[in-house]
Amino acid sequence: MSEILLEARNINKYYGGVIALSNLNFVIKKGEVHCLVGENGSGKSTLVKIITGVVQPEPGAEIIIDGVKFTHLTPLEALKNGIQVVHQDFSLFPNLSVAENISIAQYIKKFKPVNWKEINSIAKETMNKLGINLPLNVPVNMLSIADQQLVAICRSLASEAKLIIMDEPTSSLTREEVEHLFKIIKDLKNQGISILFISHKLDEVLEIGEVITVLRDGKKIATVNRDEVDKQKLTFLMTGKEIVFSKNQYKSFENNVVLEVKGLYKKGQFSDINFKLNKGEVLGIIGPLGSGKTELALSLFGMNPPDKGEIYLQGKRVKFNSNIDAIKNGIGYVPEDRLNQGLVLNHSVENNIVITILSKILNRFRLIDSLKKRNISEDAVKKFNIKCHSLDAPVKSLSGGNQQKVVIAKWFLTLPKILILDGPTVGVDVLAKNSIYETIKELVSHGVSIILISDEIYEVLNNCNRILIMKKGKIVDMLYPEEITEEELYQKVWSKEDKLKVL
Amino acid sequence: MKIFFKKEYFKRNEFYIFVVLIVLSLILTLINPTFLTFNNIFDLLRNNSFLGILALGELIVLISGGIDVSFTAITTVSQYIMGLIITSYYLDNIFLTFLIPIPIGIILGLINAVIIYLTKVHPVIITIATLNIYYGLLIFFTGGKWMYSFPPSFTNFAYIKVFQISTPEGITGLSIFTLFWFLLAILTWVILRYSPIGRKIYAYGGNAEAARRAGFNILNIHLFIYGYMGLLSGIAGFVHAQLGQIIQPNAIVGQELDVIAAVILGGASISGGSGSVLGTILGVLLFAVIKNGLILMKLPSYWHQVVVGLIIAIAASFTAYQSKMKNKRMVKIDVE
Amino acid sequence: MLNNKLELFFKKNIEIVILFAILLLILFSITVLTGGKFLKAYSLEAMAFQMPLLGLFALAQLIPMLTGGIDLSIISTANLCGIITALILTKLNTWYAIYIAIFLGLISALLVGIFNGLIISYVGVPPIIATLGSMILVKGVSLAITKGYVISGFPDNFLFIGNGYLLGIPVPFVIFVLFNLIIAIILYKTTLGISIYMVGSNPLATLFSGINNKKVLFKSYLVSSFISGIASLVMISRFNAAQADYGGSFLLLTVLICVLGGVSPSGGFGRVLGVFISVTILQIIGTGFNLLGLSSHLSNALWGIILIFVIALNKLYSRIR
Repeated sequence: MSEILLEARNINKYYGGVIALSNLNFVIKKGEVHCLVGENGSGKSTLVKIITGVVQPEPGAEIIIDGVKFTHLTPLEALKNGIQVVHQDFSLFPNLSVAENISIAQYIKKFKPVNWKEINSIAKETMNKLGINLPLNVPVNMLSIADQQLVAICRSLASEAKLIIMDEPTSSLTREEVEHLFKIIKDLKNQGISILFISHKLDEVLEIGEVITVLRDGKKIATVNRDEVDKQKLTFLMTGKEIVFSKNQYKSFENNVVLEVKGLYKKGQFSDINFKLNKGEVLGIIGPLGSGKTELALSLFGMNPPDKGEIYLQGKRVKFNSNIDAIKNGIGYVPEDRLNQGLVLNHSVENNIVITILSKILNRFRLIDSLKKRNISEDAVKKFNIKCHSLDAPVKSLSGGNQQKVVIAKWFLTLPKILILDGPTVGVDVLAKNSIYETIKELVSHGVSIILISDEIYEVLNNCNRILIMKKGKIVDMLYPEEITEEELYQKVWSKEDKLKVL
Repeated sequence: MKIFFKKEYFKRNEFYIFVVLIVLSLILTLINPTFLTFNNIFDLLRNNSFLGILALGELIVLISGGIDVSFTAITTVSQYIMGLIITSYYLDNIFLTFLIPIPIGIILGLINAVIIYLTKVHPVIITIATLNIYYGLLIFFTGGKWMYSFPPSFTNFAYIKVFQISTPEGITGLSIFTLFWFLLAILTWVILRYSPIGRKIYAYGGNAEAARRAGFNILNIHLFIYGYMGLLSGIAGFVHAQLGQIIQPNAIVGQELDVIAAVILGGASISGGSGSVLGTILGVLLFAVIKNGLILMKLPSYWHQVVVGLIIAIAASFTAYQSKMKNKRMVKIDVE
Repeated sequence: MLNNKLELFFKKNIEIVILFAILLLILFSITVLTGGKFLKAYSLEAMAFQMPLLGLFALAQLIPMLTGGIDLSIISTANLCGIITALILTKLNTWYAIYIAIFLGLISALLVGIFNGLIISYVGVPPIIATLGSMILVKGVSLAITKGYVISGFPDNFLFIGNGYLLGIPVPFVIFVLFNLIIAIILYKTTLGISIYMVGSNPLATLFSGINNKKVLFKSYLVSSFISGIASLVMISRFNAAQADYGGSFLLLTVLICVLGGVSPSGGFGRVLGVFISVTILQIIGTGFNLLGLSSHLSNALWGIILIFVIALNKLYSRIR
């Protein structure tokens, strides 16, 4: 019996004139944890779609699964041959129970009536294999995100997967949940199941991966073993460029307090929050997911009023009943979920840019001045270096990085005093990340004060004047980037201890 | 019974509806004691079997995330063709008569399914179109004449009672049509709970994209849903003709919203993914009780509209408020 | 150069172009089938009187559909408005009766709009159920007021609305075109308009961007009810009577017209011009069939077939793109 589970030979895919994949050869061994990395547009998702049968390769391709040759696959064939995907959105049925979601493959098998006992027992068995214990009869939409992901993984296992493809699996997980996931991946590996792990987070890739394949511009650049590379080398392979993660020097700023927060408390979300923000400062807030960062941000933005505590803007006490109040007071918020909360995807770039300042582009008849609208949008596109082929193009046609810049641009136009950026580079490729960091500098040069919320160590180290560490709803530490190294900060943020430093 | 208690998460809605139903019935009996008599109850069950059967079909459509408004036209067409055949050919066989509207309903339903699947447009738009097509063509080709003299086997069937009891008001009993309704309800329940296609319908209504990725045959799901609605529409057509002993083509079209209202009263979600047979039965009964109560209170018929409209607005507001609260609760679970 | 511009025009306005092509096709077929009777002045004139009613209702349906909702209560609202107006017209015999009547009628329409707006935007009831409820409720109120009877016999100055001429053009048509322009200005040139489109496309994003979704939705249902009120004035003026039950078949037609006219049922897209052409197409068919002596039922059926045909065509074209 061969050691190889899946081999793809001579995979090509063209979309009109665009080459999505060219001359790709790819091997996954049985029981292997194989990571797939590459920028947006490198061909990762196309390769996955071909392996799962959603898309067909050009003729001449060969896909060999456990010795069986195919020239192409259909989704059903892929499933039948043990290829399962845990999508980024999990693809669960929110209205069905945990047990049913796990055992869903039973419904495709034969024409037999639904045997609820069997459904439950299969679910229980599968969960036991991974050491998980979730309630069987709860509808899946009542579970936390991490638990939902576990259900999705159990589902692949219960469907007799030989290969489980995990697409950006850790984007919604806390550090502890990520460790649990990694333990499960190791368990799956020991049961002979192969994992294809796709992720932007190079730290995690280096932690869990045994073999790493790097794609760039539709070609396979390299397949390496874990111990042959480090983050710098991986980034070089992915981008073809050397990107030095060095610390940037920021201008010093005066002690001019624009925002002061005292004793902010909200049940179940955050408590005892006290901090100050100075004009022109970039204040970082870092912490694992579930630490309350976003909830705190939404509180400052008026969408999540606190139970107790006070907020002072430029010395004056303010109370926001909605985000409209906050915006009027000069606060903007760039959300982490760019696609659903930040942009109206089907509408034009222009509309998405001016959406926050509609009342400012009116002429004297209180009607929209199209020329003004166009000029303002053009200026914004130039200023933030947004790449789009037309202002009228739907914003969904832009790349992730450029989409994010549209969101930043629209907030910039509100002339905010304070801009809160929540995970601004999530899902953005490395080159665009730098572009966004440049944008932050640009904002600061206009006198905007920034709160940068992130869970990436080097992001806050390189861009912030000051860093707050938040854990389990409390601010546990405050420090300056020049006083700490990457490893030390990593330990402070991700360690299981909960040392509260008196501020 | 054990099954009912385990599924607490899914059953709470039906409990509320049941309570409201009981409370209303009691209030009505206080106002007019003839309400809670066997005579009235059996009559209620008989007359609402038509609505009840259609509601079962619509329930399945709603669970899948769609809405079908063409079923009144399908009912009318299958009923009319049945009437034409039995009066023109003097078909005096009730069993064959019953069989006629069924394939007609199914075929019209399947046409809906194919168009909806191929165009990928929301079912409400397509079924508005097919409603007009089916009904318009029927009237155009047949002239829409009323039919009221039927073969004796047809007329006699309407009186059949499953069992009879003696009451002070006379002999009354459970009508055969109520039996039809309940049998179809049981069939629908079995399908939804114990057949793969039933579970796939819930799944599709919960997350259509996930259903596609899981390898479900979406075309088959559509064919089943709208085909089943067509089947029930055909049977409902038979029942309707039986109840009134008359076939008026313009009698049924226009009642789409009544049926949908009843199903929603029964707790089915307009966006798909949830709904139960029990809830639908209760919803139909509640709808009927309200209407019956209004009649017994001797309220003129136009007041019925006001009350029904109010009730739907209130019921819907209640459901909307409930889900708003549930969402707020869920956020906390996530964070801690 | 010209080729490029033409290509761009086509790409941007493809739905309008398709609709216009269908319009011409239908126009041609009907003219041929009726042996030229169609293009006679009197039939065109009759159309100019009849189309505005359906057209105004379609406009009323357009706004809620753009937000991703639907307003099932527009016909009932119109009937209620008509009844209130009629009552005052027939009971009050002064020169200013007409103004009070129209004013109070439109107020009653707005009240329904406020009711809809409140439960949809502030309580959060899905539009189809909320307007289903208000439709039945309003119909009930109308029936309670009229007890099922018809109110008729309006003064001449009121009948002018539905039957008069302004500079040779039928007054209803003028009103219709006027409101087309007003709605177009609202949709394309005001903050409310852009907000309506974006809320219909992604309400979560607009919420985060500081748009008051609730206000936008509320105003949408206000506008639709107001236009229903205007429609009712034309309607009862033309019939010289008001009733609780008019226009039942119109409701589904308005949705049909909007979708045919390029309005996306899930919200966010649709143009006034599309609705205008769509109404024209349906009116031409209806009139054509009248001239041919065909029944309204057949035209209903044909409308259904055309709708499916256009949807299929649109889908096919977007696949090729």
